[in-house]
Amino acid sequence: MPAAQSGDTATNARPRRSGPRLMANSPAAKSPSARAAAAQDRRGAEARPGVIGRRALLISTALLLVTRAAEAYAEGLLPGSGMPWRPFAGEPPDIAKPGPWIFFTPEEGAAIEALVDRLIPPDPETPGGKDCGCAAFIDRQLAGSYGSARGLYMSPPFAQGTPEQGAQAPATPAQLYRHMLGALDAHCRETYAGKSFGQLPDAEKDKLIGAMESGSLLLQGSPTTGFFQILLQDTRYGFFADPIYGGNRDMAAWKMIGFPGARYDYRDWVERHNERYPHPPVAIAGRPEWSRQPS
Amino acid sequence: MTATKLPATDIVIIGLGWTGSIVAESLTAAGLNVVAIERGPWRDTATDFPPDYAPDELRYAVRYDLMLRPAQTTLTFRNNPSQTALPIRSWGSFLLPNGVGGAGVHWNAETWRFLPTDFVLKTHLTQRYGANFLPPDMTIQDWGVTYDELEPHYDRFEYLCGTSGTAGNLKGEKQPFGNPFEGVRSRPYPTPAQKQPYGPVLWAEAAKQMGHQPFPQPSGNLSEGYTNPLGVTLGPCTYCGFCERFGCGNYSKASPQTTILPVLMRRANFEARTHCEVTRINLDNTGKRATGVTYVDSEGKEWLQPADMVFLCAFQMFNVQLLLLSGIGQPYDVTTGKGVIGRNYAYQVTSNVQSFFDNKIFNPFIASGSIGMCIDDFNGDNFDHGPHGFVGGGYMGMVQPNARPIEMTPVPPGTPQWGAPWKKAVKDNYLSTILPATHGSCYSYRDVYLDLDPTYKDRFGRPLMRLTFDFHENELKMSQFLTDRLAEIVQSMGPRQIVKNPRKGHYNIVPYQTTHTVGGAIMGTDRTTSALNRYLQSWDVPNLFVMGASAFPQNPGYNPTDTVAALCYWSLDAVHNQYLKNPGPLVHA
Repeated sequence: MPAAQSGDTATNARPRRSGPRLMANSPAAKSPSARAAAAQDRRGAEARPGVIGRRALLISTALLLVTRAAEAYAEGLLPGSGMPWRPFAGEPPDIAKPGPWIFFTPEEGAAIEALVDRLIPPDPETPGGKDCGCAAFIDRQLAGSYGSARGLYMSPPFAQGTPEQGAQAPATPAQLYRHMLGALDAHCRETYAGKSFGQLPDAEKDKLIGAMESGSLLLQGSPTTGFFQILLQDTRYGFFADPIYGGNRDMAAWKMIGFPGARYDYRDWVERHNERYPHPPVAIAGRPEWSRQPS
Repeated sequence: MTATKLPATDIVIIGLGWTGSIVAESLTAAGLNVVAIERGPWRDTATDFPPDYAPDELRYAVRYDLMLRPAQTTLTFRNNPSQTALPIRSWGSFLLPNGVGGAGVHWNAETWRFLPTDFVLKTHLTQRYGANFLPPDMTIQDWGVTYDELEPHYDRFEYLCGTSGTAGNLKGEKQPFGNPFEGVRSRPYPTPAQKQPYGPVLWAEAAKQMGHQPFPQPSGNLSEGYTNPLGVTLGPCTYCGFCERFGCGNYSKASPQTTILPVLMRRANFEARTHCEVTRINLDNTGKRATGVTYVDSEGKEWLQPADMVFLCAFQMFNVQLLLLSGIGQPYDVTTGKGVIGRNYAYQVTSNVQSFFDNKIFNPFIASGSIGMCIDDFNGDNFDHGPHGFVGGGYMGMVQPNARPIEMTPVPPGTPQWGAPWKKAVKDNYLSTILPATHGSCYSYRDVYLDLDPTYKDRFGRPLMRLTFDFHENELKMSQFLTDRLAEIVQSMGPRQIVKNPRKGHYNIVPYQTTHTVGGAIMGTDRTTSALNRYLQSWDVPNLFVMGASAFPQNPGYNPTDTVAALCYWSLDAVHNQYLKNPGPLVHA
């Protein structure tokens, strides 16, 4: 991952804060220890609604970083307790770390790499899904809240509805991938003399993917079109999302289409009509060359 | 669980979005003690959507980080009363907000006024076309308030926001380059229209050539810096292309955060409690007076907040749900057509024309939520519906809100979904494709409504809202008509290929369409057909006022926020000038 200061991507687009600043005498403007003490004081006043979670918020930045704040802490603002925000209290994104598979087994990982590289194949100008990191992206997403369907309404009863009523399956994306990749592997080894999906020639891989897309293929009895559409969608997300999530490596997908990424300021360009925007993309974490040693 | 009773306050507000913030500012300025209770977190620009990581399409536009989580609460949905409703397990057709600022944080800031005839719709259409012109099951109503009454309040909201636009009708004088169909404006827009990229400019030239009257879409993303009457300053929009579904890191999109909250938070008589969810509005034993609210904090503790007045300022769906759960007003009964709570739900009917060009570079990523050129020639009753056999209409235009690549990499029909041909088509079309769109009305019908689901519950065990909705023939005809007109304009621009996508078939809860859900607790002049009087005061509980688009009796062909806010200021005027002097019903019916 590039290590440039993320602020570099957008500093020229950041105007001065326009609202009033924190009041000097508010607890939020004091040192962290003073803030914690102030929070303790309020904690001491038992039976004040909504304050308890604020203490948790103030005690530990580390805790804040690992919790999804929107769901995990409470915050109350009471008269005299100052502003409900404090500097640097934001919630930066969860950046995908390089390294081995987190969700996938090595066999699943090999299959996913082969799949994403056929869904988005390499060409002379732009790498394919594998080298763009789409498999790593899907792995990290499945290991996180997407994989566990966290935040979605997963209460029973589960019933089959009309197409207009949307997906009703009780399986999480992580469960779906595990099941379908297992079924794909078993199917391939049965059909192709012990070979895995990744070991097949490209033409054979494409035939199988096409059969999943059309629904003509059942994998160990399971229908495949729903999984195919989810796999395709996740692969595209990995191709186009900001590189912090493990895909779109070196912003290859953005370079391919001409999307400048997280530049955040086109005031000089809005009225330059029918003219190609000349600057290369930047991502939330900057550009790789900003943090690489020149060779 | 026993609720702990808190000291009484003058005013309790449920939900701290646009209307909650406006109400709180107005009433604290009058010296009243105000407590706002908000289900979601506190949100502020510097901490929650700084430019450092605000432009993150996956997190905000795909995973909906700023929205309510369906696990917190969702709705069930069915197309008609004969079906069994099933839960919306992940968001699709609309995205419901959460947290301080509400949908005002992540809207596109398209800031439209409704037409004068929209407010007297039933009367107007009946007079012009005769009662038999309307479908028999259509339940449209007049609002009980007129455009002229709302005009000062539209003005007030636009000057709060610093809205950028070009007036079309200034004190009755038509203005060049503005919308010639709009109602009378007492003042110009506070700031000039935003600059326009290539696609909107080309489209507007084509529309003009065909005899239409294009104008820049009114925008809450500001063309220049602006200091509002509360003394809060907004910065100029940078056309970053991360607007709808995102918070603005530039302080240039009008939101409660950028226009009101910095002032409100310094008032000693204001208090916000976040991550606290109101579970019911409490009534006294007569059932005609609200005594306050019960809410649950994030640790599951239950609290009783007594208040003299209650302002229900949640999102439209949840206003209706809380009225039903609190036993306020008679629930709508689809079999008899009687009852008011849940009645006249409506949506919005959108469509588009994908337009693929050769040898044009649109740079579609240079975008703001509201940038674009529009025409209003086919909105409301701006054209003769007699020959067409439907009522309603919409604006259309080339609006360029974003070209974020996960959402906006269109390929021509027939392109495979994957493989080398898909990849090449994405590359070839990204910079040279535009998506002009129509934004049409949706009128109300007898079999379209909201009620409580008999099966599915939220995390507190309360019934979910049940939405029963389908598009009706009138709206589908309208969408076809609007889309055809739009396609004619685009065709004259010389595209390689266009794809018309009028709204067709059954309403589908899966693909995103718009978050303009309205109705269910509508305003009106007759308490047997409306939940609220013309001042947004509950007919049944006079110390309860219900803000928001839940008051719309049907949905005109515009974005709702300007009217939501104008109604809020209109209601507050009546509170200040009448109710506070003499508490009680403002309309005797």
